[in-house]
Amino acid sequence: MGRYILRRLLQLIPVFIGTTFIIYSLVWALPGDPFAGKCGSRACPEAYVQMMTEKYNLDEPLPVQYVLYLGQLFQGNFGETFSGLEVSTLIQNAYPVTIKLAAIALVFEAVIGIAAGILTALRGNGFVDNLVLAATLFLIAVPVFVSGFVVQIVFGVQLGWMNPSVSTDPTIGELVVPGLILGSLSMAYIARLTRTAMFENKRADYIRTANAKGLKPRRVVSVHMLRNSLIPVITFIGTDFGALMGGAIVTEGIFNIPGIGNLVFQAIGGQEGTTVTGVVTLLVIVYLLMNLLVDILYAALDPRIRYD
Amino acid sequence: MTESIREQADSTDTANTGDQDVSRSGEQKPKLEKQVGLWGDAWRDLRKRPLFIVASIIILLLVVMSAFPWLFTSVDPNEQLLSKARQGPSPEAWFGYDHLGRDVYARVIYGTRSSILVGVLATSLTVVLGSIFGLISGYFGRKTDVLVSRFAEIFLGLPFVLGAIVILSVFNAGITSPSGVRVMSQVVLTIGVLAWPISMRIMRSAAIAAKQQDYVNAAKALGASHSRIIFKHVLPNCIAPVMVYATIALGQMIGLEATLSYLGLGLKAPVVSWGMMISVSQQYIISTPHMLLFPAGFLVITVLAFVMLGDAVRDALDPKQR
Repeated sequence: MGRYILRRLLQLIPVFIGTTFIIYSLVWALPGDPFAGKCGSRACPEAYVQMMTEKYNLDEPLPVQYVLYLGQLFQGNFGETFSGLEVSTLIQNAYPVTIKLAAIALVFEAVIGIAAGILTALRGNGFVDNLVLAATLFLIAVPVFVSGFVVQIVFGVQLGWMNPSVSTDPTIGELVVPGLILGSLSMAYIARLTRTAMFENKRADYIRTANAKGLKPRRVVSVHMLRNSLIPVITFIGTDFGALMGGAIVTEGIFNIPGIGNLVFQAIGGQEGTTVTGVVTLLVIVYLLMNLLVDILYAALDPRIRYD
Repeated sequence: MTESIREQADSTDTANTGDQDVSRSGEQKPKLEKQVGLWGDAWRDLRKRPLFIVASIIILLLVVMSAFPWLFTSVDPNEQLLSKARQGPSPEAWFGYDHLGRDVYARVIYGTRSSILVGVLATSLTVVLGSIFGLISGYFGRKTDVLVSRFAEIFLGLPFVLGAIVILSVFNAGITSPSGVRVMSQVVLTIGVLAWPISMRIMRSAAIAAKQQDYVNAAKALGASHSRIIFKHVLPNCIAPVMVYATIALGQMIGLEATLSYLGLGLKAPVVSWGMMISVSQQYIISTPHMLLFPAGFLVITVLAFVMLGDAVRDALDPKQR
């Protein structure tokens, strides 16, 4: 196991370098003067341009710039925006909000998705089954920007049940509705995944054995069937959490949530190269490590799977 | 990984026995003499599914709409009649007018073309790219596999929407009035570049399973070249899981295009698109809800139809789930 983890960690290095290099070169290869419009309506003073060029090695060739940038990054220096704000401060302010939102979305999708999946799997081909299948189809088909927008207008503006946008330092309560919207797509996938896994295990030998030795149906379902069926579901949830930690640009944009997605979207619009590369590098690390964790978890949950 | 290979092998086994069953019953009834393969079997199964029939009818209608929009409306989607701005639905304009007095019905009809076109092209691009790399990686294995797999992971590591936004803003920089073709190919290329690793992984695991089958060994023993083995033996036996992915992905690509257009980075002005219409409707939502309702409704129905089709195709092609 230890060897497997070490090998996977080593494999992460080229992937990490490749991904961040692509983003870095895209961001800094943007045609046009990076200083255009940065100093208000007049041109930037020569001294400022010179200072910034030197600071970010803008006159070096791109690969050299990238290596110098990465060197700074590993010393914990994310750099500054053009207006002198520390990128690390921006990330520190935005990340807790995104984590809160991701956690809420995750709770919704796990609880409702798994419950719906179990319900349909146990009831078989009845009304409930068809209802849940239709509901999941609908959730998959409605893009988040449509559902978020409609909920915001109907419940936020017309009925006034909630604030259409959240405050600058949102509480858990304010993030419940955006979290539900954000988690709705994965909720549908989890319901379907749980249902399929339960159906497969329903006919398994060990379930028949458990029934034959006279265990109560409740125990057969909750201890024998559920524990085995949830393995693929848990790995899906893990991967999804990795994706959610990357910020939800659309949901955060609709409800005006000051999270990481909003930060990076505005940075791209304002051509703040240092913010974009800094945030994306961090997100890539989180995402890759989350995926590694999921693979390890998979082996830990299912003893039939052995790495090495 | 071994787990998934085993699963693949299992499903091919079941598919083969299914074929034999069909041919056996064919001997008893002279009507069904023709041998039916995996696809024929799936087709017969599909024709009986109401989900498949409903989805196909909707998709057929949408395809006709995108190919011949003038069959459905004679109004120019870009004609502006400011005197009629934001008027509600009426007998002469079923879906009402938008903030510039353009006929929403005509715009929704013309928007079908860009959505379907981007969806189909982006899906084809990802599937073709992914299949080529997946076949090479799965068939040759070893160093080639390691190299291609790491390369694919680089693109998988990019968060999807974020990556698309960065790439598109680079494409868009400095161009004030892009042509329709350029705008569309930008979106197609961006989605293709970011999404190909998924179909590559599917194709790769199918190719690894197919490579170990006896018929591949037989072809090798007969001295067939690599390209002949790949195209004649491995590819036909690996295509099914990728096709299932493609049908489901088509719906998702259409939703993705709308999301990018909604963010103002996807399709742009000369092209009419549902995502753009939804994006614009935000500012007028209270006074003119029909500006949101109709494009959003069409978008949801389209994505729904493709997801339903994908569901039906998957159930038909994957005998394990029956």
